[in-house]
Amino acid sequence: MNKVFNRIESITGNVITVRAQDVQYNELAQINTRFGKSLAQVNKIDGDIVSLQVFAGGQGVSTGDEVRFLGREMRVSFSEDLLGRIFNGSGEPRDKGPVLTENMKPIGGPSVNPTNRILANRMMRTNIPMIDMFNTLVVSQKLPIFSISGEPYNQLLARIALQAEADVIVLGGMGLKYDDFLYFKEELSNGGALSKTVMFIHTASDPTVECMMIPDMALAVAEQFALQDKDVLVLLTDMTNFADAMKEIAITQEQVPSNRGYPGDLYSQLASRYEKAVDFANSGSVTVLAVTTMPGDDVTHPVPDNTGYITEGQYYLKGGRIEPFGSLSRLKQNVNSKTRKDHRALMDGMIRLYSSYKETLEKKNMGFSMNKWDEKLLKYGQLFEDKLMDLSVNLSLEASLDLGWQILAECFEKEETGIKSDLTDEFWPAK
Amino acid sequence: MTENKGRVVSVNGNLVSVQFEGNVSMNEICFVKVEGTKLKSEVIRIRGDIAQIQVYEMTGGIKCGDEVEFTGEMLSAMLGPGLLGQVYDGLQNPLHILAEKAGWFLERGIYADGLDVEKKWEFTPTAKVGDTLRAGESFGTVPEGFFTHKIFVPFTFLGSYTLKSIAEKGEYTVTETIAVVTDDRGREYPLSMSFRWPVKRAVKCYSERLAPVETMETKVRLIDSFFPVAKGGTYCTPGPFGAGKTVLQHTTSKYADVDIVIIAACGERAGEVVETLTEFPELTDPKTGRSLMERTIIICNTSSMPVASREASVYTSVTLAEYYRQMGLHVLLLADSTSRWAQALREMSGRLEEIPGEEAFPAYLESYIAAFYERAGYVRLPDGSTGSVTIGGTVSPAGGNFEEPVTQATLKVVGAFHGLSRERSDARKYPAIDPLISWSKYKTVTDPKKAAYCKNILLFGDEIGSMMKVVGEEGTSIFDYTVYLKAEMLDAVYLQQNSFDLIEANCTKERQRYVTDKLITILGSEYALDSKDDARSFFNRMRAKIIDWNYAEFQSDAFKKIEQEIDAIYKEGQGKLTGEAELLLKGGE
Repeated sequence: MNKVFNRIESITGNVITVRAQDVQYNELAQINTRFGKSLAQVNKIDGDIVSLQVFAGGQGVSTGDEVRFLGREMRVSFSEDLLGRIFNGSGEPRDKGPVLTENMKPIGGPSVNPTNRILANRMMRTNIPMIDMFNTLVVSQKLPIFSISGEPYNQLLARIALQAEADVIVLGGMGLKYDDFLYFKEELSNGGALSKTVMFIHTASDPTVECMMIPDMALAVAEQFALQDKDVLVLLTDMTNFADAMKEIAITQEQVPSNRGYPGDLYSQLASRYEKAVDFANSGSVTVLAVTTMPGDDVTHPVPDNTGYITEGQYYLKGGRIEPFGSLSRLKQNVNSKTRKDHRALMDGMIRLYSSYKETLEKKNMGFSMNKWDEKLLKYGQLFEDKLMDLSVNLSLEASLDLGWQILAECFEKEETGIKSDLTDEFWPAK
Repeated sequence: MTENKGRVVSVNGNLVSVQFEGNVSMNEICFVKVEGTKLKSEVIRIRGDIAQIQVYEMTGGIKCGDEVEFTGEMLSAMLGPGLLGQVYDGLQNPLHILAEKAGWFLERGIYADGLDVEKKWEFTPTAKVGDTLRAGESFGTVPEGFFTHKIFVPFTFLGSYTLKSIAEKGEYTVTETIAVVTDDRGREYPLSMSFRWPVKRAVKCYSERLAPVETMETKVRLIDSFFPVAKGGTYCTPGPFGAGKTVLQHTTSKYADVDIVIIAACGERAGEVVETLTEFPELTDPKTGRSLMERTIIICNTSSMPVASREASVYTSVTLAEYYRQMGLHVLLLADSTSRWAQALREMSGRLEEIPGEEAFPAYLESYIAAFYERAGYVRLPDGSTGSVTIGGTVSPAGGNFEEPVTQATLKVVGAFHGLSRERSDARKYPAIDPLISWSKYKTVTDPKKAAYCKNILLFGDEIGSMMKVVGEEGTSIFDYTVYLKAEMLDAVYLQQNSFDLIEANCTKERQRYVTDKLITILGSEYALDSKDDARSFFNRMRAKIIDWNYAEFQSDAFKKIEQEIDAIYKEGQGKLTGEAELLLKGGE
């Protein structure tokens, strides 16, 4: 029943056209080229001219190659067997495991009915103080990690994968350097988290079209796990590469670009992925953390800018640390009143003092003399950065709060902290 | 439903071309038959025998040759009792019914009536047989929650009609015939409690449109006292992400002094809608004491829902607003965010391969935005009563830059501009409306002269502040420094407002007037303060006291006690009212 065509009409970049009838929009096809088989997906039908984006790229495709339409859309196999496995953007194994073909589920499915969602109100512990204590991650939240090239964002993701309190981790890598891929694989297996992880990896040397499939594959799998009452954490890196892949295809197909060459539907495309983050009433959840590198450290670049309008806050990774200023978890107030009664006050107090420290540091750098209070702030800032902000710190929320009090006590008198006296009386460590 | 049919000839994203026979009209609704379901679509361009349609659903699986059915109808909303408290998608499908039909996800091809057609309503006729009626005139009423819902001759009826028969008081469903009217040629038309209206056309069944002069209290001090909004007026709130657009709209939707609030969540986060859905049924309307949800309708087409119905959602919501205005009610429509709507237009324009305008937005962007905001208005109705639709739209400019096309096109047509700034939101100064760039053409709740006086202080304070950054505190005179401190204090105690505190967030116009007078006394006085340190500590104390005052219920004992303490601090500083301020306060009495 599969229709086979032997004449390719045009080849532009990764997009080919064939004359064919009775083809469905978004249908998959298989192309046999001299370098092997590749999947392709219909992305435009005009009469009997059908355009397809070729997953393996247009290189080496001949006008005489065979195109076989498969009569179905892109799907992904779903079962417990996925755990511990690694796939590419076509859903083929990247490890040495078997091909999975059971229980195929469509990808990029419809969005969740808003009336079936529940208010995000559970904390997701990561044991990273800058997250748990200062910008708490909430189950079903979607948050980008804004960063620039060269920052250790993949190290941060790996730490979160190892430490986060999630049942299943789904890692989607887009345009990853090969050594980063190896790094993830090694870290997760050394840390013993590989058995609860599924990876969909596209490396920088793989074809562009596969890059565009990664988030949909990862999120479709995550959604299925969530419907089986699992709390799933999806880690995506790097969404800017995903946007660039979309740009490449759009330009190849002569779409009118809107802003810096990106297609006009960039916002909708990003949103339909991020909005997969959900807490199902009486079932599991999907939480999304996605690295977005900012070209030229410019937050007004279309990718981070559109992302910021979609997500519920952002983490800024700067100088190897999660910046306390600028970083924001919009949902943190839903949970941080229920953790420990000193959480909010201590968080606010410590950030206020840290901001005073920054001002003092500026004064110091400009050559002003330091008074006693300034000296105290300088000591505090240093301790704060070393003991809490460093990415390698692995502490539970409660331990971080205790450590926070200790740092305060080491530098200040109770009254100087500006924290309400009933809390300082209770939590101030004895010297 | 006409018998008109067509066949798909091309598919590009959610744009599908259809070859048809017979007649097809622009914006007509049609259905694409695919995989056993029918996908709702709208004709957006016709060329020869090819109609281009935008599909309101995901288009995967459509192939050339698939059948398309044309309905002959335009996209319309079902109007009648039972709209209040509902949560709809952009095409007026009740979301909870979709959830019952389809489960977790919004499966495509599943639609439901906008109104419950089985529920019975208590109808009371108000017209008699033989009465002459025109479109938009009522012939009966139905109690809907707290409101008296009027039943109208459909807005689509042209000319005048005679009432031939009408049902007796009793319980009927929204689709049962309850009256029959005849036109001048004697043809009969059955009427029910509901009818449909094409959402993209403005309802104009009023006698005249009046100027928006009555201020709509939002209870936000910065808005009501400085940049007010009028009932029947329009305003926009542009701002970068994280500046608090949605929180500000959320607060407005709770406290605004209107009868009905319609929230159009257009292309934004689903989580925010869930928040409203969870919170509103628990909150009480300060005016009626009923649940806030009873006066609210939510139209939600979140960012991941299909983009074509996002475009429809703003029209659906404004149509519902106009419908309730016809009953002599004051309706506030909050659209968040109009930029997402404009982007939906841009996506379609790109697929239609139209020549792009600035930043690839279509050339008709400005006229579409203008036409949308023009549907607001304060009107006199056929029965002599008045009603209004006020529209407030947020704008999400790319990179927070107000020079972009959507912000600029919006600024041309609105009556008030509340510009949110990143600087203010970073400094946690909420609401982050920047008083130096915002403006309004409407009347403030306080004396406009007093508002101007306060604005002047803010302006001077800002100038002195920037000068101080260069010359330092030492190089500033004590007079200038005092003005700077006054401006800082005014900002902290009046402009900034905690929207999460019940008393603080609900600041009535009486209170605003009272507090403004007190502030003018403080700001318009000279003090015997010798050093800058003295001045700083004086205003810091004053500031802390007034902030406490803001949290006390108006004219309560605590309120009066704190006021005495404020007066005491004023006396300590040996405040002496200047002539200008004295004149201002007298004029206000």
